[in-house]
Amino acid sequence: MSALLRLEGICKHYPGVRALDEVTVELCSGEVHCIVGENGAGKSTLIKILSGALHRDRGEILINGARVTIDSPTDALRQGVAVIYQDFKLVPELSVAENIFLGKEPIQETMPFIDYASMHRNARAQLLQLGEEIDTTLAVSTLSAAQQQIVEIAKALSQRVRILAFDEPSAALTERELLKLFAIIRRLTSEGVGIMYISHRLDEIFEIGDRVTVIRDGRVVNTSPIITVNKKSLIQLMVGRKLEDEFPNVALTRSEEILRVENISAGILRNINFSLHRGEILGFAGLVGAGRTEIARIIFGADVKETGSIFLRGKEISPRSPREAIDVGIGLLTENRNRLGLITEMKVGENISLSSLNGLLKGPFLDKVKEVQTARRFVHQLHIKTPDVNESVENLSGGNRQKVILARWLATKSKVLIFDEPTAGIDVGAKYEIYVLMKKLAQDGVGVIMISSDLPELLGLCDRIIVMHDGRITGELDRDAATQEKIMALATLEGDVRWS
Amino acid sequence: MVMSNSSRTLSSVLGKFGIGMTLLVEVILFSQFSAYFFTAENILNVSLQLSITAIIAAGMTFVILTSGIDLSVGALVAFTGVIATSVLKLSIPLLISFPLAIVVGLLIGVCSGAFAGVCVTRFSITPFIATLALMTIFRGAAYMYTDGRPIWGLPPEFSLLASGRLFGIPIPTLITICVYGAGYLVLHWTRFGRYVYAVGGNREAARLAGINTNRVLVSVYAICGVLTSLSGILLAARVNSGQPNAGLMYELDVIAAVVVGGTSLSGGRGTIVGTLLGAVLIGVLRNGLNLLNVNSYVQQVVVGLVILVTVMMDQSKKK
Repeated sequence: MSALLRLEGICKHYPGVRALDEVTVELCSGEVHCIVGENGAGKSTLIKILSGALHRDRGEILINGARVTIDSPTDALRQGVAVIYQDFKLVPELSVAENIFLGKEPIQETMPFIDYASMHRNARAQLLQLGEEIDTTLAVSTLSAAQQQIVEIAKALSQRVRILAFDEPSAALTERELLKLFAIIRRLTSEGVGIMYISHRLDEIFEIGDRVTVIRDGRVVNTSPIITVNKKSLIQLMVGRKLEDEFPNVALTRSEEILRVENISAGILRNINFSLHRGEILGFAGLVGAGRTEIARIIFGADVKETGSIFLRGKEISPRSPREAIDVGIGLLTENRNRLGLITEMKVGENISLSSLNGLLKGPFLDKVKEVQTARRFVHQLHIKTPDVNESVENLSGGNRQKVILARWLATKSKVLIFDEPTAGIDVGAKYEIYVLMKKLAQDGVGVIMISSDLPELLGLCDRIIVMHDGRITGELDRDAATQEKIMALATLEGDVRWS
Repeated sequence: MVMSNSSRTLSSVLGKFGIGMTLLVEVILFSQFSAYFFTAENILNVSLQLSITAIIAAGMTFVILTSGIDLSVGALVAFTGVIATSVLKLSIPLLISFPLAIVVGLLIGVCSGAFAGVCVTRFSITPFIATLALMTIFRGAAYMYTDGRPIWGLPPEFSLLASGRLFGIPIPTLITICVYGAGYLVLHWTRFGRYVYAVGGNREAARLAGINTNRVLVSVYAICGVLTSLSGILLAARVNSGQPNAGLMYELDVIAAVVVGGTSLSGGRGTIVGTLLGAVLIGVLRNGLNLLNVNSYVQQVVVGLVILVTVMMDQSKKK
């Protein structure tokens, strides 16, 4: 195999941070080269430099041995380099075909207008090559995440791409959609395209990768063929220390009931019944759209229920706003912490104190000294990596952002805490820390609910797991009885589903 | 890491310094060309002139911080003016009519702002449209109410509100200082102020953090409304009449002051001190150009250019 792409000695500094330090990575034609590393290790920075979205301080980019200039995404495309980002860069209101041919619309032969007929024809052909039939006249916003991703790939391929980089492609995909993506990737590599694949999910890397490069703190720690490494050794390389267990081994003692939900119906939810005890972690499994987030939002007062009752410590509550829920001691760590959790314009300390300012008043004014002290205490307690509580929260990595939100809820002294996909997009080290904190909360007598699409995580952490399908609870499994197969069978209501 | 923090502080100092620099250049230039410019009398005069827009701009800062906008301020100045002055003309003792005029005037502002806030929250109308509608409603109402004619013949005591001085400083200037002092305290030292930034930064996240976002939004429009009406009363006192065409295009001057002062139109970022500097910058510019006898057509062009350049400098610093 010859080197199709070589990134040589790439350096990138941010004020006070060395994001990339002499990074050298090679990609061969027809190869899937995986890049792994913790959040903040520099993977995304590397991809952005390759795509021309960021400027490197030093280093060279060579394609087929020749030095090339990539200073903008347009340059990158001209060199046959495209990136499929985690949050797709499509225009939601435009149609599938318009998106695929954005910026290179075919023009009619006789008139200076867009040739829609040939545009749709070519778009359809491009999609068919990827084994996908999508109506090319549909607006992109009406497509599923998986379909949008395929449109992105089709868009990249329509401009003769030789190097395709994926940034966390599986984040929005179901298991089945992921298998389809893998099939597409294999077809592309057989045609000689080089693939760079960034993911947190190590299982995927073993399935699709040929080689893997581990990046830690902006440096390449190791590059090796995938068959010479295993999951454990990769994790060790990523975090730079030995990880004993994937999950903290803490025994919890379940005590009295703290929350009970009876016959709740609303939207897609039908007749939801369950109870949560102090000192336990209750898991919610199910496919995306099964109604898990909807239940959390109703308990938290973010949405309203149609019928049914909620009891907190035996007393009926019906919160009509998040504020009312917070006041009785319920907290929700929302899914998608950037969109629904953080105020990115604000500082770390301000984000932590946002829900508990009532306790930080001195007369009519904020007691900023106390605010900073409290925030510092949480930063210390949760090991949040930030220079100071006055740092803008934008400069923090995903795991540390999640800890900031967790600190916000710890500051409100919640009695019931709901975690909705708390470890999505977080690296292994930070995940473990979040697990430890959740266990600690349960130990301290908080009722913890965990919604997650990561089955091993639910199995490793929860005492009981409730499985949902299509707005209903389809089963409840005790820790000892639960397996991935049983959960998937209940989540899909199909007997034959296998979880890879 | 320490470095990143201190360089950030440095750039934010430079950011504040940037508009200060423009202001300094302005002052130096005008002092060169006009002997009268840098006299105590002229400085007090400028402060009096710019107080009207500056007071509204303080309120507008709250609105823009929540990523909103209030286009109705100019028309509200006129409407408040004609209503307050007509209260003064009622045949009741001045001791009653004077405070009554002020209270009624301010109430108009509060109600109008709160109404805009309700449109934005309960009825999910975008702030631009809601306040655009209010703008034409108030302007039309001011003309309807006065039949297009100014209200004259006010008690002479009323004009003291604008022309009077306390400790040698014009009353509107003192009011401006108080408004900005209070605005600073509220924005940076109270829970409500923090919520204003949170709502502007991310409204849904703010709601899920337990903030009553609707109440915050209604409040900021009410604050903007009451400060606008305050300005309307002061303006009526200054021209000693209720003019239905008062405050034309004020909304643009006010928004310009806020934006030049570094507040982001997309919300969540900005300071009220910046707004004050922005209002002063534009006020001093107008005054200087007047002293230099630059004709009013050219003045508009120059003011526009200065706004552009200041914001450009601000943007390039952020990169």
